[in-house]
Amino acid sequence: MIISQKKPDEEILSYLEGAKKVVLVGCGECATVCKTGGEEELENMKAFLASHGIEVVGSIYPQSACNKLLMKKELKALKDVLPECDAVVSLSCGDGTQTIASLIDKCVYPANNTMFLGEVERQGIFTEACRLCSDCVLAYTGGICPITKCAKSLINGPCGGSVDGKCEVNHDNPCAWIEIYNKLNKLGQLDKLEKMYEPKGYKDTAYPRVINLREEKHDE
Amino acid sequence: MSKLKQALDSGTFALTAEIAPPKGFDFTRQLYLANLLKDKVHAVNVTDFQSASLKASSLGLCIMLKQAGIEPVFQITGRDRSRMAIQGDMLSAAAFGIKNILALTGDHTTVGDCKDSKPVFDLDSVGILKAARMLESGQDCGGNALNGESPEFYLGACVTPEYDPVELQIIKMKKKAMAGAAFFQTQGLYDIESFKRFMDYASKIECKVLAGIIPLKSAGMAKFMNRSVPGIRVPDSLIERLKNSSEPVKEGILIAAEFISKIKEQGICDGAHIMAIGAEENVPLILEAAGL
Ligand code: SF4
Ligand code: SF4
Repeated sequence: MIISQKKPDEEILSYLEGAKKVVLVGCGECATVCKTGGEEELENMKAFLASHGIEVVGSIYPQSACNKLLMKKELKALKDVLPECDAVVSLSCGDGTQTIASLIDKCVYPANNTMFLGEVERQGIFTEACRLCSDCVLAYTGGICPITKCAKSLINGPCGGSVDGKCEVNHDNPCAWIEIYNKLNKLGQLDKLEKMYEPKGYKDTAYPRVINLREEKHDE
Repeated sequence: MSKLKQALDSGTFALTAEIAPPKGFDFTRQLYLANLLKDKVHAVNVTDFQSASLKASSLGLCIMLKQAGIEPVFQITGRDRSRMAIQGDMLSAAAFGIKNILALTGDHTTVGDCKDSKPVFDLDSVGILKAARMLESGQDCGGNALNGESPEFYLGACVTPEYDPVELQIIKMKKKAMAGAAFFQTQGLYDIESFKRFMDYASKIECKVLAGIIPLKSAGMAKFMNRSVPGIRVPDSLIERLKNSSEPVKEGILIAAEFISKIKEQGICDGAHIMAIGAEENVPLILEAAGL
């Protein structure tokens, strides 16, 4: 899931300087779980902007703001208010905000910071889990990601800095490599640690990337 | 040929000491210190943005030492440079006759003094060693052939003996040795018995080991290091000694000297690496007290 966090109120207000009427767009997926773009947050944003003299003239709550085809349809509901609004405030992640911006000729401002790809540990607690490195190594590391969970993204074992099983960079985090060691030990796969891993390659990560399933050839 | 390699290969108890480049471009003090160490140690390590804090670069001071007739150990971390920059620096080092390279992961940028700097970590320490090996075989990181002769290095790495679980450090140490590390410097050590236990594992790996020595200046420093420096464990008995001494700096020099002479006498490892952190003037005193 894409984990997002609400921007500071002043920052959002600074985008809207001079704006009188705005439209809000939420997102029914990740941003709802993160409490940054659900129905409640749309209501709160509406009240907050009203208290600063900005009227919300319309809002939509699409199932997912990052689905272009879906967004195209959803935006139709705004066809009467969009022309008269001064700006659109997106309560989704950076992806959703771009999707909306690509579909309309209005200023679209992000209400959220897009933080990381992570998991929902418990309600309201999110942990970074995958840095989308393209070449997943979880098979060798007991299902624990060294690229994300090790602060230095080390691939051949730990640095010397862990104390009491904690990471030297942030003592609140466990050292990923000690966790990997313990997990592989439990699985009887410590030999995987002995293997020498080549530095990760980056030639296939030049962005922005496109994956086109329609053109993908399949060997039958 | 590297003097350090010569010493280690011939079974001489090898000595290295470490200095840091300045935060500025006046290298006078560094050269003064290096000259002080010149005939006392086999090589002088130059740290690479130690503690993730900005200084003049390691390569610059290494070149200056080399030109002053002092053998440097060029420390390279993976924190600030991509594989291209690392290999480029290695080639420049080779051009100046610098042979010794010490590969390190490096502290994270967020613990240093330029916290917003991008943490690169394109290569880990194993990757840095391999990158050096690749150059030695006449190839760059893209598999392209180098022009002219291939460089020759003497490669080293670090290990933290006071680590739990120690097996994990040993696995990584083995990998570093396989990737090309011929010698290892350890994190600062204070407990001979514990070091011996570590060497029981480490001596099975084909490599030379230099015991890390960080001279203590006071009981407070020892306590601070126990609290905040990973891999450091100063025993209470030594903290007591420093506390009870009227000249703790001298006591610290003595403690370091005793440790060095013990490991030498008992043949526990192949040499010592002294990290005096700002008190490099004391290194000759330590060696003298150790009878070296
Ligand atoms: S190795 Fe880690 S960062 Fe890379 S794809 Fe797998 S989980 Fe994601
Ligand atoms: S302490 Fe562990 S998790 Fe933290 S940087 Fe070092 S190896 Fe990675």
